[in-house]
Amino acid sequence: MWDYTDKVMDHFTNPRNVGKIDDYDGIGEVGSLACGDALTLTFKLDNKGRITDAKFQTFGCASAIASSSVLTEIIKGMTIEEAEKVTNQQIADKLGGLPEQKMHCSVMGQEALEAAIAYYRNKGKTAPHKEGKIVCTCFGVTDLEIRRVIQENDLTTVEQVTNFCKAGGGCGGCHGEIEHILQDVQGKKNNQQTPVTAVRHKKLSNIQKIQLIQETIREQIRPVIRSHGGDLELVDVEGSKVIVALRGMCASCKMADVTMKDLVQAKLREFVTEDLVVEEQKDTAQL
Amino acid sequence: MNSVIYMDNNATTRVDPEVLQEMMPYLSDYYGNPSSMHTFGGQVGGKIRKARQQVAALLGCEPDEIIFTSCGTESNNAAILGTLSIVPHKRTVITTRVEHPAVLSPCRSLEQHGYRIVELSVDKQGVLDLAELESAITEDTAIVSVMYANNETGVIFPIEKIASMCKAKGVTFHTDAVQAAGKIPLNLKLSNIDMLSLSGHKLHAPKGIGVLYVRRGTRLSPYLLGGHQENNRRGGTENVPGIIALGKACEIAMRYLDDENTRVRALRDKLEAQILATCTDCMVNGDADNRLPNTLNISFEYIEGESILMMMDRFGICASSGSACTSGSLEPSHVLRAMGVPFTAAHGSIRFSLSRYNTEQEVDYVAEKLPPIINRLRELSPFAAKK
Ligand SMILES: Cc1ncc(COP(=O)(O)O)c(C=O)c1O
Repeated sequence: MWDYTDKVMDHFTNPRNVGKIDDYDGIGEVGSLACGDALTLTFKLDNKGRITDAKFQTFGCASAIASSSVLTEIIKGMTIEEAEKVTNQQIADKLGGLPEQKMHCSVMGQEALEAAIAYYRNKGKTAPHKEGKIVCTCFGVTDLEIRRVIQENDLTTVEQVTNFCKAGGGCGGCHGEIEHILQDVQGKKNNQQTPVTAVRHKKLSNIQKIQLIQETIREQIRPVIRSHGGDLELVDVEGSKVIVALRGMCASCKMADVTMKDLVQAKLREFVTEDLVVEEQKDTAQL
Repeated sequence: MNSVIYMDNNATTRVDPEVLQEMMPYLSDYYGNPSSMHTFGGQVGGKIRKARQQVAALLGCEPDEIIFTSCGTESNNAAILGTLSIVPHKRTVITTRVEHPAVLSPCRSLEQHGYRIVELSVDKQGVLDLAELESAITEDTAIVSVMYANNETGVIFPIEKIASMCKAKGVTFHTDAVQAAGKIPLNLKLSNIDMLSLSGHKLHAPKGIGVLYVRRGTRLSPYLLGGHQENNRRGGTENVPGIIALGKACEIAMRYLDDENTRVRALRDKLEAQILATCTDCMVNGDADNRLPNTLNISFEYIEGESILMMMDRFGICASSGSACTSGSLEPSHVLRAMGVPFTAAHGSIRFSLSRYNTEQEVDYVAEKLPPIINRLRELSPFAAKK
């Protein structure tokens, strides 16, 4: 059972400003059904550029609903410039604090606000596409987003990063990379921790290559695929061609524009050799 | 905390007052060690023997086939690891994707140590494909472990068929029956099951006591080395009050087996029918025809499970959810995902699990309180609004 403050429970049971403003000036839509929480924030400005009204719709847990509700209270009456400075910590503070594992709810609030402001600034065009490189494939979190939560909240552990932006909360395959970013941002090189980075191998014998492919599949790829309810098997290796069979339901998940095959190929290239090509064996046996 | 409506019995159960009464003296007056060479301690040994018989009666086995453990998790670990060390040349373990973490975690750890783990998939109803299992068993298979009934959906697996298949192939078969024991009849005499786990706190005994049944002739290496307790198979001074409580709980469970499968089942069915009749966009997860009589797992689209639970909690209604927020991880239930339940529905899944203590008034109360909660949360949801 989570240790929610009375404030959180108050905003959860009596959420303020529920709904969607029809003639909004700004709208921010973040999260998705697949991720387990999502927020649509709309606001309206008066002629002096102050936020006169703000409304939210949230799919999510009690703290997600409370964070959204309190966010609308915070920004009402602010100018865009003021609203821009609202941090996730402010949202959490206003609720009397959130359990550490729920801090990502406050970050979602901040992101929705940002997206809504960007919408307003871009005069109705939805915010530009996510920048950066996807680090956490389970939750689609980029390196830029991770850097940002680390900087703004002075995070020092992978667990904290997961609590704040979900990155690393699925299969765990990206923990090494998050650790790397942490060290980079925090500037202290912690020597005991050797992050899982690619060790590029020069000349591999066939046996070595196959072993390395198997190892990479076991340690780097299968956990991700399993966490999406699927599975993967190595069928054969012919020269630089790696034939794999995907099983279970690998479709319909959050990895919208990255197909499983691309992921497998990228990981194998990263950890084995650059020239590998992945081919998928169609599941003909499934009669 | 008096007036809770407790429908979370697959998580844990209320200790039966009769059980409590039976165990209390062994927490106070009769504190002797059953191994001691004096009457004061020795008399406790007699009670343990009786408890072993009571457990054996529920399972339909011999008392010497019962090893008392500390919990279901320990029993599962012991069965799998203890079998592997008997057949070190065999490196494959077969299990399913929908097992409790008490089986999946040790298996995944074995995988890190070079074992091949085959996790069988289930279909949309949560049902196993026996042909897939049959073809998965090879010379290299050390053990097959398949749960008797799933804790989240209540789906019951065809364990006898699987046990016979394993026997025919000469492979040790273990089943995690933590959710089945006390809810459906078991008779190990007429069965090919080699090992079976159960846990006290799921059948109205206290937490911290479990059983591993090991069929006579089944080889298992001892895993907790120490004194000669449990016939040298599990060291450590016995949890005397726990064992006595579990014995009593098993005796009572036998008396209530009929009730569980008639009255409790009817209550569950009524709850299910009422919710389906009053709430839109919801669906039952798991094979409705092969389900524990007490379990109802139902998904509400467009809303999230934790918030449903928190709203119900305000009315004193206790249930649980397969949503990410309640699983302690960020992803929804691995069981529902393995069944291919869409993420949208998995996040909004609620499990009601009843027991003999539930009443019809309670079912009516829940059926009355739930629809406004669902509607209220949908008003807040951006997805329901878009529809
Ligand atoms: C199917 C199943 N197996 C094992 C366990 C673990 O039992 P214990 O809590 O006694 O370790 C549980 C309990 O949640 C369970 O439902």
